[in-house]
Amino acid sequence: MSANRWWGRPATTLAACVARGELSAEQAVESGWEAAATWEGDVHAVAHADATVRATAARTAPPGPLRGVPVIVKDNLCTAGDYPTTCGSRILAGYRAPYDATVIRRLRAAGAVLTAKGNMDEFAMGSSTEFSCYGPTRNPYDLTRVPGGSSGGPAAAVAYGLAPLGLGSDTGGSVRQPAAFCGVFGLKPTYGRLSRYGLVAFGSSLDQVGLFARHAGDVALLYSLLAGPDLRDATTRASPPPDVSAWDRGVKGLSFGWPENLWREGVEPEVVAALEAAAASLERAGARRVAFDFLPGTYAVATYYLVATAEASSNLARFDGVRYGPRAPSTDVWSLYVRSRSQGFGPEVKRRILLGTYALSAGYYDAFYLKAQRARTRIRREYQAAFGRCDFMLLPVAPTLAFRLGEKTTDPLAMYLSDIFTIGANLAGIPGLAVPLGLAGSGLPRAVQLVGPEDSEPTLLRAGRALEVRGEVARLGREHETEFPWPMKR
Amino acid sequence: MAHEAVIGLECHIQLATRSKMFCECPAEFGASPNSNVCPVCLGLPGALPVVNRAAIDAALQLGLVLGCTIREASVFARKNYFYPDMPKNYQITQYDRPLCEGGALPVRLCETARSFPLIRIHVEEDTGKSFHPERTGDRPVSRVDFNRAGVPLLELVTEPAFRQPEECGAFLAGLRRLARWLKISDGDMEKGHLRCDANVSLRPPGSASLGTKTEIKNLNSIKGVEKGLTAEIARQAAVLDAGGRIEQATLLYDADHDKLAVMRSKEYAHDYRYFPEPDLPQLTVDAAWVEEVRGRLPEPPWTREDRYVDHLGLPAYDAAILCETRERSDYFEAVVGAGTDAKRASNWVMTEVLRHVNARGLSEREAALRLPAKSLAVLIGATESGRITSASAKEVLEEVFEKGGDPEAVIAARGLVARSSPEELLPLVREVLAENPGPVAQFRGGKQATLGFLVGQVMKKSGGRAAPQVVQELLRAELGALR
Repeated sequence: MSANRWWGRPATTLAACVARGELSAEQAVESGWEAAATWEGDVHAVAHADATVRATAARTAPPGPLRGVPVIVKDNLCTAGDYPTTCGSRILAGYRAPYDATVIRRLRAAGAVLTAKGNMDEFAMGSSTEFSCYGPTRNPYDLTRVPGGSSGGPAAAVAYGLAPLGLGSDTGGSVRQPAAFCGVFGLKPTYGRLSRYGLVAFGSSLDQVGLFARHAGDVALLYSLLAGPDLRDATTRASPPPDVSAWDRGVKGLSFGWPENLWREGVEPEVVAALEAAAASLERAGARRVAFDFLPGTYAVATYYLVATAEASSNLARFDGVRYGPRAPSTDVWSLYVRSRSQGFGPEVKRRILLGTYALSAGYYDAFYLKAQRARTRIRREYQAAFGRCDFMLLPVAPTLAFRLGEKTTDPLAMYLSDIFTIGANLAGIPGLAVPLGLAGSGLPRAVQLVGPEDSEPTLLRAGRALEVRGEVARLGREHETEFPWPMKR
Repeated sequence: MAHEAVIGLECHIQLATRSKMFCECPAEFGASPNSNVCPVCLGLPGALPVVNRAAIDAALQLGLVLGCTIREASVFARKNYFYPDMPKNYQITQYDRPLCEGGALPVRLCETARSFPLIRIHVEEDTGKSFHPERTGDRPVSRVDFNRAGVPLLELVTEPAFRQPEECGAFLAGLRRLARWLKISDGDMEKGHLRCDANVSLRPPGSASLGTKTEIKNLNSIKGVEKGLTAEIARQAAVLDAGGRIEQATLLYDADHDKLAVMRSKEYAHDYRYFPEPDLPQLTVDAAWVEEVRGRLPEPPWTREDRYVDHLGLPAYDAAILCETRERSDYFEAVVGAGTDAKRASNWVMTEVLRHVNARGLSEREAALRLPAKSLAVLIGATESGRITSASAKEVLEEVFEKGGDPEAVIAARGLVARSSPEELLPLVREVLAENPGPVAQFRGGKQATLGFLVGQVMKKSGGRAAPQVVQELLRAELGALR
């Protein structure tokens, strides 16, 4: 790894050092690129970057809590004036958004510097970042393995140290699962807490912008800067977001659900070991374990792949070659559509558009889409009931550790099942936090997922921090963990 | 064979809100192509819709005045189909839970009061406009203007309650008047503010079942609706009379050539794959909002017409003309409110004021500014009392509409106060009698009508200022004395 003394430091530390004049914003940004010199060629986490653009952005970054801190954002977040926004798809080749997504606007206003756009599965459809028109991203811990997906680029980049912070999108686990595979924190907030304006839609009722960081405190800071109502997104909640400044308060008095039935089979032993270690750790920190059985994730997977694909089939209709993106040569408008879309979309996107179109078709709507909506309501109620018995649940993020490249690309169902533990939170609109728990014997990162009721981000971050502090995390950059200047200690 | 036509209408009303349905772009007509656009109405990746409450307010006004049931929680839905002037390739509309349901539009048809029931009114966004094909060198090209994309529309669907094309024309005229009355739309059919599609089928008279229907699109004038439906009814009748069957189809009406063309047949019917719009929460219209809108609704035109007949004693013809526009009827009411007799006010508004409006191409609003209702009332009063002659009153109107100004001031400046003192008029009367020995002799010979001619001559000599009553009395007296 890099010998750079700024590498791996929390965003809060970098910002404080920039504010004190110990290093310039440009140096802060370039420190990440020194790490990239070692890693990026193998990992390929970056879809778009430009040294001049980021240097200018660093020089002109306004004062703010993230002044000079580099951030890598997923290629499906609209950024104006710096990088293309292509969603990892040929159909948006060269597309430059004329406006900033709301979360990007808030990031820039806080002084953050967009250091790169991260690679992703095309239109966020995938769990391995292998379905990108730019080629796959690899896991920095094992280059033969996937980083998870669909936000694999930002996750891998934050893991190897290009930036301390990253933004992804999580429709069915696309932030939490790559966070787990790459050994970083990944938060999917409560639906409606982060604006979706400028996030290229996949499944509108499921999509949330998600956060990557190597430190629990950084997740809390980033959440506090980005969460909140947005007049441009009618699905954001009008009330102020929950206060996460007490992220370091510990877990004494909290209770966590332990739905052991979910991992009795089909889950790798290393994943189960991580869950047990986390549970023991939380108990030692003063939390109470509540064991109960919970709804198996198979229902959620079926429900999800109807709702998400139905919405996607409509959301992706606008990519037709008429107004932006490459247009296939054609003599009439219908062949223009057919050719532009046939050439522009990759195989997984086509599969899901077909599936979603079918689910919404006359004669099938009731049996598929409507039934899925009913199942979704039921799943939401199951979660509500569970949170009547505990403050949050401890769950796996994925049934396995990072899998090998190519292992599931030819078996869509196997790929879909890798989302079995993350999809529920999207269907229920509730937050989920992937917490890194050090490395397994194989050298691959291990993780657990904390899922809580709506607006339980403060609780999840307290628990995530408790696991971080208890020393279960054995990753690089750990020596900087005690440096958090935020929130200011009294 | 006799047939009965069953017709239902789908009308689109473009709302005159300042901004579009789901973004802040101006909804105005006539800007240069693709200048009133933004990421939302262009359907750029990542953009999201936000509901324009002014459009919902307009829908509530229309819904409430038509007696619709207002749904407290209505739902936006996506209607999916590909078309180049539709930026997202889906239209945000309402489907199974529309904002307004039921209600009816009262329409007067050949002096008979009718009422045509509605199924629903819902809110949606308009598409852009395609222009094709044009030629660039040797290539045909289509162009799209997205200024109209996202402009708010109300879609109003009637029950299949019409039997005659003329009923449809009258309905559409009534709807246009109402939309303008409420000031929710400019209602200009040439500009596409009001558009109409019709569903029509035939059946044997008295039958309760329905035949196979066709849909006619592009019925974009009141004449067009009547002519297009007449043509389609004739076509269907001819097919049925020849023993044929009606094929379900969508037809386009070409008003220029009075022709129908098949746009698509049943096999190519769209599956719009409606589903609830996930980018918008359900639209909640609470009782307070409904009551607030109800509280500021104007009196509907049909109620006004009835009131003019029942309470002001006007002929139905007058009431209908006065209530053609809200400006006109408000103006008329203000003239009456200033103390003028209703029938007299009606006559002045319908003849004198409208004559100037039409001759000068003024809007009725402008006309009301040039001649405020109060001033017209004063003018009518002055004429009635004989203070000025009606010829003078017309002169005043001419000047006021031409240059503006207060009628009283014009009367004073031009010295229009009627000359009614016998001392002043007697010399004129004598002059006229002296100059017209022929007519005088005729009058003496018993031809009473000649008096009118003599009055006219005196009026002429007075420059229209002489009070005709006084002139007449003086003439009779002088003619008597001469005898």
